[in-house]
This record gives sequence, structure tokens and C-alpha cells, in this order.
Amino acid sequence: MTHSTTDSTRTVTGGAGDASHVVVDVRRRPTTWTGLWFVLPFLAFYLLFLVWPAIVGLGYSFTDRSLAGGPVSLVGLDNWNESLTDPALYDSLWNTLVFTLLSVPIMVLLALGLALLTDHARRLGWFLRLSFFAPFVLPVAVMALIWEWMYNPSLGLFNGVLGQIGLEGSQWLFSEDTAMFSVVIATAWWQVGFNYLLYLAAMQSIPKDVYEAASIDGAGAWQRVGRITLPMLSRTTVLITVLQLIGSLRVFEQVYLMTGGGPNFATRTIIQYIYDSGFVGLRIGLASSMAYIFMALVVVVSIAQFRFFAQKED
Amino acid sequence: MTTATRPPATSGASRVEVRTTARRRPAPGVIALYTVAALAALLWLVPLAWAIATSIKPEGETTAMPPTWFTANPTFEAYLNVLGRGDIVRWTANSLISTTLVTVLTLIVCVLAAYGFSRFDFRGRPWLFALIIGGILIPPQTLIVPQFVLMTQLGLVDTYWGIALPQVVAPVFVFILKRFFDAIPRDYEDAARMDGAGPVRVLWSVVLPLSRPILTAVGIFTFIGAWNNFLWPFLVTTAPEMMTLPVGLGTVMGGYGIQYAQVMASAVLGAVPLLVVFLLFQRHIVTGVAGAGIKG
Repeated sequence: MTHSTTDSTRTVTGGAGDASHVVVDVRRRPTTWTGLWFVLPFLAFYLLFLVWPAIVGLGYSFTDRSLAGGPVSLVGLDNWNESLTDPALYDSLWNTLVFTLLSVPIMVLLALGLALLTDHARRLGWFLRLSFFAPFVLPVAVMALIWEWMYNPSLGLFNGVLGQIGLEGSQWLFSEDTAMFSVVIATAWWQVGFNYLLYLAAMQSIPKDVYEAASIDGAGAWQRVGRITLPMLSRTTVLITVLQLIGSLRVFEQVYLMTGGGPNFATRTIIQYIYDSGFVGLRIGLASSMAYIFMALVVVVSIAQFRFFAQKED
Repeated sequence: MTTATRPPATSGASRVEVRTTARRRPAPGVIALYTVAALAALLWLVPLAWAIATSIKPEGETTAMPPTWFTANPTFEAYLNVLGRGDIVRWTANSLISTTLVTVLTLIVCVLAAYGFSRFDFRGRPWLFALIIGGILIPPQTLIVPQFVLMTQLGLVDTYWGIALPQVVAPVFVFILKRFFDAIPRDYEDAARMDGAGPVRVLWSVVLPLSRPILTAVGIFTFIGAWNNFLWPFLVTTAPEMMTLPVGLGTVMGGYGIQYAQVMASAVLGAVPLLVVFLLFQRHIVTGVAGAGIKG
């Protein structure tokens, strides 16, 4: 698909001087094995560490294999039945969905807002970029340690400051009601920098004369943002939303480190449940069936998104 | 530039004039904008600043309520204690070794594959490309169980290779690099080929020098991603002396419990390596994201 478009473009653009040469070069490019040799090293990694585990994992899901070893026997669809009727699986899927629905709008809109600020306050440019993007390069464990410390209900910065201005503190990570939202806030601080840079780059690629023309026509700053910047960013917004949605569905590490899935499993995500079943409960077969259920959901959501947005773009 | 200043109401010709006026007497809107921007940036630095402020307090002062930003008795004791224990140095070295392995291998195999797909026709090419690009959709975390079993069978648990190898599979970089190679005119390569250069030689001495920006971007993002990867190194290392920095900080540091100055000192030490990389490569990172985004 992709290469055929490229090839035809090439035929058109390259056809200036001696078109016949180009056509021969592209259309009847000799089918050799050279290309395969180039692809082979990646393919080896890909087959060994992705395709093979994917096949083996599907096989495991029909067995009672244990991480502790011992005899393995086929159990048919038992693992799949157990997973699909397990309320805890649906709870963990729900928690993942809650995280996604909270984090996607926050991380898209926040990125847009911060990028708009940076794009207009040009003289603070380097300082703003540094502040907003720097947290992105922190290891998740560092981010988790710092935020757990700030969220600490009795000794932390947040409740301390709230107390000083006479407000009641929160339990943050230690209450079922606030734990997930607290993780979302920390995640936004940590990861928004990537979306922010994407927005900023898109804004700075909008031609200056468009703004100048609007200014001459008497458009104010707000009007220029609303009528020019935002509409011209729609492609970027689609891209960021798609990437963020797929990324948020895969959430695990920061939640696991900050709450361990608690309190009372209120923040246990699906990936943590797969980990708990396979590496704590040692039931490889059961964990594999869960992994496949989740993988199927992610693939369906991803494909649906791409089709939806591809149609919209046309 | 004009976006930050008030637009001239009459004509665009007097722009220079307007700008000089604006520099002397900024409009209230501009002052408000800069104030909001500066406050937001300072707010964003609070967590890091608070970690540093805590880390240089004597252990007895860290739990004071209400919290104080500045201690009268700053000390590096927490850092000395953490460094003296040695494990954080070991974890940093482990991270450096495994992350370098991942980055070098990823660059080599992804560049070769992308070039193969971009420039050569061979049997099954569309199929293979679709198979590899389809891999972007699969969340790697769903394969942790069979990958771990595989690593046990290969005897690679608690080794650098065990940490690095599964992370090398990055179909998205094959896609990005192929798109970049596709846009490079083939005339240079044709010239080199006529001089008798083989395909590897052409890639090395013609295509790669032209691809420096994208190679830098892919390299940096692979490095950041591998350095900060948590789940896989967490699973495949069981011995504390084989842990990477994020894994060590995430699992072992919890055990230090209430010694907050030490916990924050290790967080700061854990943040330093990549912050340095970021400061050194800031421009490459920004343009790298920009390039991926605009074309995406």
C-alpha cells in the first residue's frame, strides 16, 4: 500500500529528464533477495520475541501450566471460562477505562493549553519548554517516589499547604474515591510533555503570513487562536488523541508503584491483574487467557479509531 | 513574533514601529500572558524542587508540619548515605549497559529493515511489511508471561541480554525510518552504485549521512524509553545487583520507609542521568518529536 504510492509518486516526480529509465527502474525493479537480507535481522528479533511468544501464549491459555513448574495438561476452555466470568477481571478493565477516560481529555487539553502559552510567550520559550518537558524523561520510579511523598496524608506537601490556608486535606492515594484521580494528576505532570511538544511543533509550522493577514483584517489575539490556530491543529489533535488513548489503555507502571492497585483493588489495572495472576498466583494459563482478552480489546479499539479518523480525514 | 504583541489596527507596514513601542510599554494582555506562563512553568517545577528541598534537610526536619521549603541546616548527608550503600551506583551502571545494548541493536536492525523495505523488491515484501506494522497494535505488556518463560528457557534471566533483547523489537521505528528513507531522492545512490558500491556501502556512506536528524531522534527516544522501561526489567531481574535504576528505585527504595531525605536523595540521583541527556540533546529531542508529529 504505502510503497506503491511512493513508487508512483517517484515515477511522476522523477520523470523529468529520462522518464523511460525511471519507469524501468521502478516498475520492473528486479525481484532479488537483497532486500530480504536487510530485513532479516529485525525479522529474527520480531519472530523470536513477539510472534513466537504470541503463539506460545495462546497455547498456554488452554493448559494449566504453572510458573512453579510441575506437570502440564490440557484443560480446554477452562481458563477462558474462568477469566470471562471473573468479576475481578471486569473490575480491572473498568479501572483501566476510568484511568483512560480521565487521562485522555486532561492530557490533550493541558498539552494544548501549555503549548498555546509557549507559542505566545516566545521570550520565555526555552524556560517553558524545559519546565513542561523535563518530567517526561524521569524514570517512573522517580516520579512515583516524589508524588507519593507529596501526597502523603499526614506529612506531605499538599495537605500541609492546604492546612496552612485552612482547608481540609485529602487522603489522596489512600482513599478509594480519590486514588485513581491522584494517579491521573501525577501522570499528567509526568507525561504531558510529549503531547505538548507535538502541539508546539504543529503551531510553529503554521505560516506566519496567515496570522498577519488576519491581523490586518482586524482579528484580535483570541480570534486568531480560535479561527486560525485551533482549526489548523485539528490533524494534530486527532493524532495526539489516538496516541494518548492507546497509551492510556496500557497503563500499569505508575499505578502499580504508587498504589500497588489499592486501596481495596480500586486502582488495579488489567495489566496488573495479568501480572498478579501469572507472576504472583503463578497461573500462567489463566494469565495468558486474560492477556489475550485484553490484547483483543486493544486491537479492536485501535483499528476502530484508525478507521474512524481515516474516514473523517477524507 | 507579532503574535505576542498587539496587532496594528491600520496596516501591516508599521510592524517594526509597533514592536519597539510594545517593548517599552507591554499591553496588559501581554503582561497577563507572561505572568500565567511563568507561573505555570514554576508550578511544573514544584515536584522536582520539593524533592531537592527534602533531600538536603537533616532527617529530623523532613516531617515538620507545616512543611518548610528551606532548611537552616542544609546537609548532603542523605546523598552520602545513599551513595555509600553503593546499590544506586550499581543500578545506574546496569541501566547504562542494558540501555546502550538496546539502543545500538535497535538502530542497527531497524535501519537495515527500513532500508530493505524502502529500496528493494522481494518476494513477500507486502506481507512482511504488514506483519511488522501490525505489531505496533500489540501491547508488549500482554506478552510478558510467554516472554518470561522463553527467557527462562534461554537461561537469560538476570542477565543484560535478558533485559535488552525483547526491547529491541520496535516496529514503529521501522515505519518512521522507512518513511524518511522513502523521501530521500535515489539519484545519489544511483551515482554511488555506478561507482561500484554495494548495497550496504550505499546505505552506510550515502543514505545514513543524509539521515542524521532522524537517526538521532530515534536513538534518543530508544534510549529514553529503554532507560525508563520498568515492567520488563522488573520481571527479568530477581537479584538486586542486576536491577536497573528504575527497578531498584521502585522495589528496594520502598524498604527505606520513613527516611524521607534519603528516599528523595535517591529520587534526585535517579533523575540526574536522563536530565543531563535531555539538557545536552534538548534541540534534537524537540525537533525529533516535531518531525515525527508533523509527518504523522
